[in-house]
Amino acid sequence: MNRPIRNLAIGCMVLFLALLINVTYLQYWQSDALTSLSKHPDNRRVLDEAFSRPRGAIVVGGKEVAQSQKSDDQYKYQRVYPQGRMYAPITGFFSRDWGVGGIEATQNSVLSGNDSKLFVNRVVDLFGSGDPQGGSVSLTINPKAQKAAYDGLRALGDNVRGAVVALEPSTGKVLAMVSSPTYDPNRLAGHDFTAVSQAHKALLANALNPLDNRAIETVLPPGSTFKLVTAAAALESGKYQPDTMVPGGASLKLPQSTSVLPNENGGSCGGAKITLTRALQVSCNVAFGSIGLDLGADALQQQAEKFGWGQTWFHDLDDSLTRQAAAKFPHPDAPQTALSAIGQWEVSATPLQMAMVAAGIANNGTVMKPYLVDEVRSHDLEVLGKTDPQPLTANAVSAATARKLTDMMVAVVDNGTAVNAQIPGVKVAGKTGTAQSEANRPPYAWFVSFAPADSPKIAVAVLVQDAGVDRDAISGNGLAAPIAKSVMEAVLNP
Amino acid sequence: MSSPRASVRTGPSSAAGRDPRPGPLMEFVHRRRRGAELFLLVLSLLVGLGAYAAVGLGVDGTVPADIIGYGTWLAVLVVAAHVTIRLRAEYADPIILPIVSALNGLGLAMIYRIHLASPDKSPGARTQLMWMTIGVALFIAVLVGLRDHRRLQAFTYTAGFSAILLLLLPLVPGIGREVYGARIWIHLGSMSFQPGEVAKVLLVIAFGGYLVLHRDALALAGRRVLFVDLPRGRDLGPILAMWLLSLAILVFQNDLGSSLLFFGIFLVMLYVATERPGWLVVGGGLFLLGAYASYLFVGHVTDRVDVWLDPFHQARGYQIVQGLYGMGWGGLTGRGLGQGSPQLTPFGFSDFIAASIGEELGLTGLMAVVVLYGILVERGLRISLICRDNFGKLVAAGLAVVFALQVFVVIGGVTKLIPLTGLTTPFLSYGGSSLVANWAIVALLLRISDHARRPPPELLADPEEMDATQVVRLR
Repeated sequence: MNRPIRNLAIGCMVLFLALLINVTYLQYWQSDALTSLSKHPDNRRVLDEAFSRPRGAIVVGGKEVAQSQKSDDQYKYQRVYPQGRMYAPITGFFSRDWGVGGIEATQNSVLSGNDSKLFVNRVVDLFGSGDPQGGSVSLTINPKAQKAAYDGLRALGDNVRGAVVALEPSTGKVLAMVSSPTYDPNRLAGHDFTAVSQAHKALLANALNPLDNRAIETVLPPGSTFKLVTAAAALESGKYQPDTMVPGGASLKLPQSTSVLPNENGGSCGGAKITLTRALQVSCNVAFGSIGLDLGADALQQQAEKFGWGQTWFHDLDDSLTRQAAAKFPHPDAPQTALSAIGQWEVSATPLQMAMVAAGIANNGTVMKPYLVDEVRSHDLEVLGKTDPQPLTANAVSAATARKLTDMMVAVVDNGTAVNAQIPGVKVAGKTGTAQSEANRPPYAWFVSFAPADSPKIAVAVLVQDAGVDRDAISGNGLAAPIAKSVMEAVLNP
Repeated sequence: MSSPRASVRTGPSSAAGRDPRPGPLMEFVHRRRRGAELFLLVLSLLVGLGAYAAVGLGVDGTVPADIIGYGTWLAVLVVAAHVTIRLRAEYADPIILPIVSALNGLGLAMIYRIHLASPDKSPGARTQLMWMTIGVALFIAVLVGLRDHRRLQAFTYTAGFSAILLLLLPLVPGIGREVYGARIWIHLGSMSFQPGEVAKVLLVIAFGGYLVLHRDALALAGRRVLFVDLPRGRDLGPILAMWLLSLAILVFQNDLGSSLLFFGIFLVMLYVATERPGWLVVGGGLFLLGAYASYLFVGHVTDRVDVWLDPFHQARGYQIVQGLYGMGWGGLTGRGLGQGSPQLTPFGFSDFIAASIGEELGLTGLMAVVVLYGILVERGLRISLICRDNFGKLVAAGLAVVFALQVFVVIGGVTKLIPLTGLTTPFLSYGGSSLVANWAIVALLLRISDHARRPPPELLADPEEMDATQVVRLR
């Protein structure tokens, strides 16, 4: 009977090996994921510890936008957000029972002091006197740009739904990210858990969804701002130049259907044939609809994907409460292609995505991956890690195309549809958009721009979803361009 | 090791009166290694008491006040077991007792730790220490009372019927009680007890006795299908009976773990007895059939599988998710005893004690525990391998596999390797019936081991010692 016993011994060994491998997988490779508050916000162990430790600060421009203060209640520290409403979409909030969002969640391991990068500090703390302390996270945000964006949206009313995103074109640094309406994270981070629960309930019940970060979570038709993508595809195809003559009539008959595509104002764009530059300047639907039909859906789709459509690439805020929504470009049939080319039908994008179109054109055609976390430091300010800028698409358009597009966009601001974005002494490149939603709802106002046009330092996208003004008063130039202008000025003329 | 009885080989320089050139069969003699056992036992006590002290330091900042009394008690139990082995089973395997003692000590410390964190929801270490005392008493009683394991062969059918009776007891109205969905408990007055734990020992003895007698019939007849020797239809009787019994436990008592354990032991012992992998094929097939059918038709098995597949999005996954969080929280080196939150996991002191150990002692500690179990099982199988009689071989293999399956099923379930089934973690989890039964199993293993490692009487020239070893009385 010895042979089966030997086999049995091997069999048992296999069982125990399986246990050992599985335990190793769980406690070594899975350990970070299981204790990540962005993946498992209900992990009480992590939360309880985080509440009883001094948590690292979230820093913007040298000032703390989230910090831990000593408290006398059942937990030793209280999380405080000095400019809570302005930074809430970025910092997120730190609550015991309602999850953790934003940078608080995605950078939790550093902020709480559990990150392996902080291991040495942890050992030192163990032998030293104090509690183990978390590291701090510095953001790429420019506080002036953030304030300009926040004030600009707020000037339209407290309940305006909208978002602003500003990027540094050469690196992908997020310089400003504002979403409206916003909320006060201090009310969710409190230690009076009944009050927190009521505040959370009220926020969830609010029809305007103040907890959403519209800059990355809201996908809406980008309207005429998408004509930049269509123009890029046209120039890249080689068939078009800025002075190529394109149809500029009053309407375009859509193929395979009886309907026609009119211009925004109902009239013509200034002649039966106009230049491509002129078409962008006046945001001519007929011209871009026919360019779209000429290039075909595949070319448009490929160009959109080069700018980032259909993918998610922004992970700094990717937690269980917030997710970057991917911009969509579903494959259209022929009449839909004409509509897609002007950013209607089912084409949709987030404000961040539109900012990346502008930033890609500004950066000689190379789209950089946007990022929010600049540096991670230990509590004694030693730099533990710094994010390296990385390209998302090396040549979304060629440098030559980027230059031509820039010139066309400058024309749009100088004497086209976006005169409100002009800054004295600075060449600004921009494009307006007014996207139709449903007939009974007001359209959305979009604006994307970058400046200075010859050596861009900032690219901005502004979305105003619903400003509570008359339907006729809603336009990219009227509502969104002034906000973009003040954000650009905040960076260019500090 | 000054005694001449401790020498391994009888070389030319050995004591006078011995054969200077032993024959080839007599060359190897197992050493008793009782000194090594004592040394390992001291280490195991250090593990148990160190853990107990560390728990006090971690939770309250001081060493527990009763550590002297507690430590003395634990040491007395362990030394009593050791002395019994020295007197009654001097050739027994020297590694098994220290492993068991270390696991039991660690389990006690963990139970104490969770009791400190949630005193009203978990039992204290003192109760478990009482159970350990009863377990060690039974261990001593088995070693003293049972001088030769082959005597148990006479009780084949008695053991079998008692096991079935015990398994049926929880179904009797009045004394049987359903706890957390499984009907595996009996209550007599204030005493409660899981008869399944005793039944598993009796079943191994019954299977051993039965298979020794019938192994030839089961092994030789059959036909070959696709390179596999399949047994004869008429020989399928016992395996089908066992399969039905296991299914009955599953359906009527809702106890997936025991059902799997009993069927597994039977299958493995059948394989060892007949040396035919065909039985494993038939049994494995029956197992898969039963498992799939119960997944489809037994609601509580369906739940278990669903929770296993995606615990994070199921209300019933709470326990396993807490266990996983705990183990993830523990990471490589653990939070330290008394510094984690194992009380957040329901039943962190019994079914989920592996998760509690993973949390506080980390991957390192949990791996050490798994390896200890691995060594225990492999030592058990080694006893089976060197045992000279077939009954002893079968029983030792069966008992070793009891531990292997139990550990695999429960730790595998807690770590989400396989669906979770309720079984105790041998020696670690809180629970009297299980602890006492496991100490009895260890006593049986050591008894067989003593028999197997004891040199044949001819080797000992000293007539006095010859008398001492002539304990083999076959009726």
